[in-house]
Amino acid sequence: MTTPKRKPLLIDPALDRRLILKDAQRELQAPARRLFAKRAITLGGLSMLTGCSITDDKSVNSFLTAVSRMNDRVQGLLFDPNRLAPTYPESMLTKPFPFNAFYDIDSAPEVDGASYKLEISGLVQDKHAWTLPELYALPQASQITRHICVEGWSAIGHWGGTPFAGFLKRIGADTTAKYIGFKCADNYYESIDMATALHPQTLLTFTYDGQTLPPKYGYPMKLRMPTKLGYKNPKHIVSMFVTNTYPGGYWVDQGYNWFGGS
Amino acid sequence: MTTSIEGAAPPESTAPHTTPEEHHAPQALRSRDTKPINPLWVRITHWLNAFAVVIMVLSGWRIYDASPIFPSWTFPPQFTLGGWLGGALQWHFAAMWLVFGCGLVYLTMNLFTGRFFRKFFPLSPKAVIGDLVKALTGKLGHEDLRHFNAVQKLAYLSVVVALIVVVLSGLAIWKSVQLPLLRDLMGGYDTARVVHFCAMTFIVLFFFVHIAMVALVPRSLLTMLRGR
Repeated sequence: MTTPKRKPLLIDPALDRRLILKDAQRELQAPARRLFAKRAITLGGLSMLTGCSITDDKSVNSFLTAVSRMNDRVQGLLFDPNRLAPTYPESMLTKPFPFNAFYDIDSAPEVDGASYKLEISGLVQDKHAWTLPELYALPQASQITRHICVEGWSAIGHWGGTPFAGFLKRIGADTTAKYIGFKCADNYYESIDMATALHPQTLLTFTYDGQTLPPKYGYPMKLRMPTKLGYKNPKHIVSMFVTNTYPGGYWVDQGYNWFGGS
Repeated sequence: MTTSIEGAAPPESTAPHTTPEEHHAPQALRSRDTKPINPLWVRITHWLNAFAVVIMVLSGWRIYDASPIFPSWTFPPQFTLGGWLGGALQWHFAAMWLVFGCGLVYLTMNLFTGRFFRKFFPLSPKAVIGDLVKALTGKLGHEDLRHFNAVQKLAYLSVVVALIVVVLSGLAIWKSVQLPLLRDLMGGYDTARVVHFCAMTFIVLFFFVHIAMVALVPRSLLTMLRGR
């Protein structure tokens, strides 16, 4: 009766202090958790990479451009001048072959074939401009190859024209030069390495699937290189030049890799 | 392992012992403590690779969006890296060197030091199922972080294989003309893209499970940071 009833919730203050200390010690001894939290913050920081801030940073961009130029050289080394791109039977043609440009199909340039002349300049002996009949009279070849777009899709097409290596020899091009540049009727411009220019499957094409190249596929001519991505294959070519000065390209100057080999 | 290491015990070993084993066998444990659970080359390649893979995945998503393999599936642009296709490609083809370098060092060192066979084998389906059941019923212990359980072994081995597949399929996409063997091995250019996508998906799934497991056993993060 006289014994006081212990309150069930009463906690011994000494015990309480001990528990708090123990908790604190445990927290101190668990740097892993704190580090994990820190790491989580860093991961959050990393996820901010997805924003535009770091992509717009000048030093980051110049670093990425430098790596891209290094990748040009690596691809130049990987490029085997005798390695042929796979060819396919006619039954595997992609129909319809997709139209692709930096403008709508309705804006594809209309080039007048009768007055057309392909202008040649730079490190070549014969700089005379070529009419279409002259070009059509050159040795012809055709290929059914896969066009691979930088976006990832691919399509199999059938092109016909003159082997570019033979054409370069005919005009007395300096084949020790580094680049060949192209200017196009749609204001597109592009340039390629000499090794690819001399590749046996690199064709200056005038036909698609046996028909004169329609405007949507690059009338009057498209340089077809199955060893390079689509954007490297210029259409509506109006002039070309051989040079040792890096000419760049429409997309390349915006950040696409210059070599663009596949 | 050697007596010289035992002699040069680090300051940590003079701290009060908390477990009975340490009290009884301080010598043996001290030598074990000085030898890192994760050697420096594992930690360096792990973090550099983690950084590179995050860049590869986020930039890869942006590249995927330019021409989705599965038209009904695209990645939200705010979760991608690069701003546009050209920027994403620059990130992708820069970080690939880091993935490639880390992979080369990791695989070479693993085979050369014998760590690969020591840590990952033996591994049997029975052990994996057993440990998986234990893990799901909360009975799987993580007392000794030196030792991988069978589920860990399988998970780490699988992600290494997935990383190899993602690199090979990536090479087949990048250089489909120059690497005909790899192109054929991946089933052609278009199929290589699907393989690349599937391997990426596996790596991303692994990433989230891995993070969740580290959150459950935070000490494991410490071993990957300072080795012990």
